[in-house]
Amino acid sequence: MIQLDAKIPKGPLADKWTRYKSSVDLVAPNNKRKLEIIVVGTGLAGASAAASLAELGYKVKAFTFHDSPRRAHSIAAQGGINAAKNYQNDGDSVYRLFYDTVKGGDYRSRESNVHRLAEVSVNIIDQCVAQGVPFAREYGGTLANRSFGGVQVSRTFYARGQTGQQLLIGAYQALSRQVSLGNVEMYNRHEMLDVVKVDGKARGIIARNLVSGKLERFAAHCVVLGTGGYGNVYYLSTNAMNCNVSAAWRAVKRGALMANPCFCQIHPTCIPVSGTYQSKLTLMSESLRNDGRVWVPKKMEDVESIRQGKKKPTDIAEQDRDYYLERKYPAFGNLVPRDVASRAAKEVCDEGRGVNKTGLAVYLDFKDAIMRYGKAEAHANGMDYNDSVLVRKLGTKVVEAKYGNLFEIYEKITGDNPYVTPMRIYPAIHYTMGGLWVDYNLETTIPGLFAIGEANFSDHGANRLGASALMQGLADGYFVLPYTIGHFLSKDIRTPSFSTDLEEFRTAEDEVRNRLSSLLNIKGDRSVESFHRELGLLLWDYCGMSRNAEGLKKGRQLLKNLKEEYYKNVFVPGEMEEFNPELEKAARVADFFELGELMMVDALHRNESCGGHFREEYQTEEGEALRDDENYAYVSAWEWRDEEEPIEHKEPLVFENVELKTRSYK
Amino acid sequence: MKLKLKIWRQKNSDTKGGFHNYTVEATPEMSFLEMLDVLNQQLIEDKEEPVAFEHDCREGICGTCSMVINGQPHGPMALTTTCQLHMRHYKDGDTIVIEPFRANAFPVIKDLVVDRESFDRIIQAGGFVSVSTGQAPDGNSILIEQDVAREAFDAASCIGCGACVAACPNASAMLFTSAKATHLGYLPQGKVEQAKRVRRMVAQMDKEGFGNCSNTYACEAECPKGISVEYIAKMNRDYFSAMVGSED
Repeated sequence: MIQLDAKIPKGPLADKWTRYKSSVDLVAPNNKRKLEIIVVGTGLAGASAAASLAELGYKVKAFTFHDSPRRAHSIAAQGGINAAKNYQNDGDSVYRLFYDTVKGGDYRSRESNVHRLAEVSVNIIDQCVAQGVPFAREYGGTLANRSFGGVQVSRTFYARGQTGQQLLIGAYQALSRQVSLGNVEMYNRHEMLDVVKVDGKARGIIARNLVSGKLERFAAHCVVLGTGGYGNVYYLSTNAMNCNVSAAWRAVKRGALMANPCFCQIHPTCIPVSGTYQSKLTLMSESLRNDGRVWVPKKMEDVESIRQGKKKPTDIAEQDRDYYLERKYPAFGNLVPRDVASRAAKEVCDEGRGVNKTGLAVYLDFKDAIMRYGKAEAHANGMDYNDSVLVRKLGTKVVEAKYGNLFEIYEKITGDNPYVTPMRIYPAIHYTMGGLWVDYNLETTIPGLFAIGEANFSDHGANRLGASALMQGLADGYFVLPYTIGHFLSKDIRTPSFSTDLEEFRTAEDEVRNRLSSLLNIKGDRSVESFHRELGLLLWDYCGMSRNAEGLKKGRQLLKNLKEEYYKNVFVPGEMEEFNPELEKAARVADFFELGELMMVDALHRNESCGGHFREEYQTEEGEALRDDENYAYVSAWEWRDEEEPIEHKEPLVFENVELKTRSYK
Repeated sequence: MKLKLKIWRQKNSDTKGGFHNYTVEATPEMSFLEMLDVLNQQLIEDKEEPVAFEHDCREGICGTCSMVINGQPHGPMALTTTCQLHMRHYKDGDTIVIEPFRANAFPVIKDLVVDRESFDRIIQAGGFVSVSTGQAPDGNSILIEQDVAREAFDAASCIGCGACVAACPNASAMLFTSAKATHLGYLPQGKVEQAKRVRRMVAQMDKEGFGNCSNTYACEAECPKGISVEYIAKMNRDYFSAMVGSED
């Protein structure tokens, strides 16, 4: 029986991390040189961890399946990164960031971890500035901020709409520096396919060299997974095409626990699906909701005319528009958190008021922002602010400076000009709050196996606030793991390096080889892609934006049937020992099947609605999520057992500092 | 729309490649890569090997997608990566020739996939600020003029795709290298080690077998992020003043 111990340090919340740091066992520099660490994944979490650990003197091996560590999906994050700097003097503080995150997560995260995250958030900005990250600046040269959903302060730092790119390149450069100093051995185009345990501890991995296709063994004193989230289980998501759950799932197969897998974030502002060939969905940053107003027509006849192309959105009179977020949530308006905004969009589309052919789209309109900014510019420059043509022109320039690249992406994909006609948007899978269960040290239930960034079940509870993923990834990598890993490694200073000739490595490699060759040998008639699409649709239908018990039971059965067909009828072309992207996909989709099933099990057992998990049976009369703190204020950490039912382990969530309230943004 | 495709197929770096002809049915809303997805699904259904090509974010930011389309890296649209190119720019009956990026420093791995690790090694040579985690002063302790931050950002928006190399008749990596050197050299945090940085990055660039710059500006024209050739001039200046200074 696995005993969950979160290892939360004693003492008052605000002192826990400081006390921990002062008392955690350290490893002396001469011993660090003898200790090896494997870091899998080189996104924000992985790259920042690999660089920081190498700077400390550990010997690091870093792995990515990409052709370069600079490609990880962190790069696509647009809007920004939160930090409790209070540079705007608007009442922000570490406590407020902590509080907003716990509340935003619908009270399903661990207080101690979230507080630590808020504490180190301020160091992240400093570190990134020092690395040369070109954050936006005010006229006076100080760092600029903007607002994001679910908060009432301005604490988001940004680099145009490419914040993730700039932060990742900062971490990549730090990593490159350590590669050049010989402290990190970098393995590009290597995909981890198993964790190797020696005497119950994680001591290595099996990876496939994606160019030669050969399996390779790597040993170390411990293993860190910074391998991202599993949103691609839905096939269509805002994740990059190659994002997958396999590294984390392989850890689960070796005994790690998967926590809250049903907590998936659906981002309200993505470009809607346009056809059945569609390969991915593109996000339009949440920052757009600072200035964009979300609406659908009030009258069904207007909806019909728009769908038939008889009317344009600009033809709909002001009094005939329903700015439903402003109407329902006057306190936060268009900046309600993601889960709330997504459900509201679904609701108006379910009512039949969706504004494209499929009925699955709402408008995000910048007309008012353009006119407002234009007027201010005209005022400031002594021009005629009643000249609407001039005002529109000036306002367009301001909006372009703020969101230009996002508007460009939108126009490239849809062919519409969002400066003139409102954007059409719809919710899409974006981020997964669930992930590997970790304790305060970020260690899984397998000793020596750590999970950081989106790969762990993290600090976001049942819903993540905007601009907090970048914060968490870098917090874990730069400022948390480098301390907490000492807790494990300090006991290993006399442990010599492990040989990859050990029986454990040989067995693990054989198992991986058998798994891959059995996929190649099915030689059926359907492509991996076709199965993945069907799996994704199934999860979207039965375990998507809203769920119910009946659907989840049915969905699970359908998923099992599909999985059975997969192992009978999938066709994987090519050979094992060559560059073979289809084989890579086949192994990942196989893992997605098991994860998908666990997500449904988790969603079915959680008889409450919270954050991204909305169970239709549990809602208020007004249709808001109805949490059940008495029975479900815990983390569900699942033990996967292949053919048998998974076992649930519970970590009760103790709230000593935050009072549990109904989350209201009205 | 029905399209004729001539695609470069090459089993691996040791074998010779050649063009193969395919036809595919596409719709105007599809992206270029989705059109290739459709082709690959067709090939898999026919039990043939799909065309290997690289892609990941499909949002124009990760720099993974490459390929030369009718002679142009990332295809015909300005400031657009292959993944952001849409089929509405083509018409029924068009023939499209698709090749990998070609450069000695980018060997072909398979079909349209090339090895761009030489770019990583250029960054490893000096494309960073030598600051370790924990050593940073407060973010606002050094003020940076808005214009300087903006210029640094423009240079930093390079996605490392390698289109500049593929576009250049000499397969030079000057645009890529100078963008990184300029990004860091503009900022007070990066200025300190600029001379050493430029010297080392240029040396590595030469070692990798990239060609020299002969000012054709093809790189700027094809760059999906609009990186300016001015950075090349700027890096040349930095390089000459660095070479006058001491060696390390």
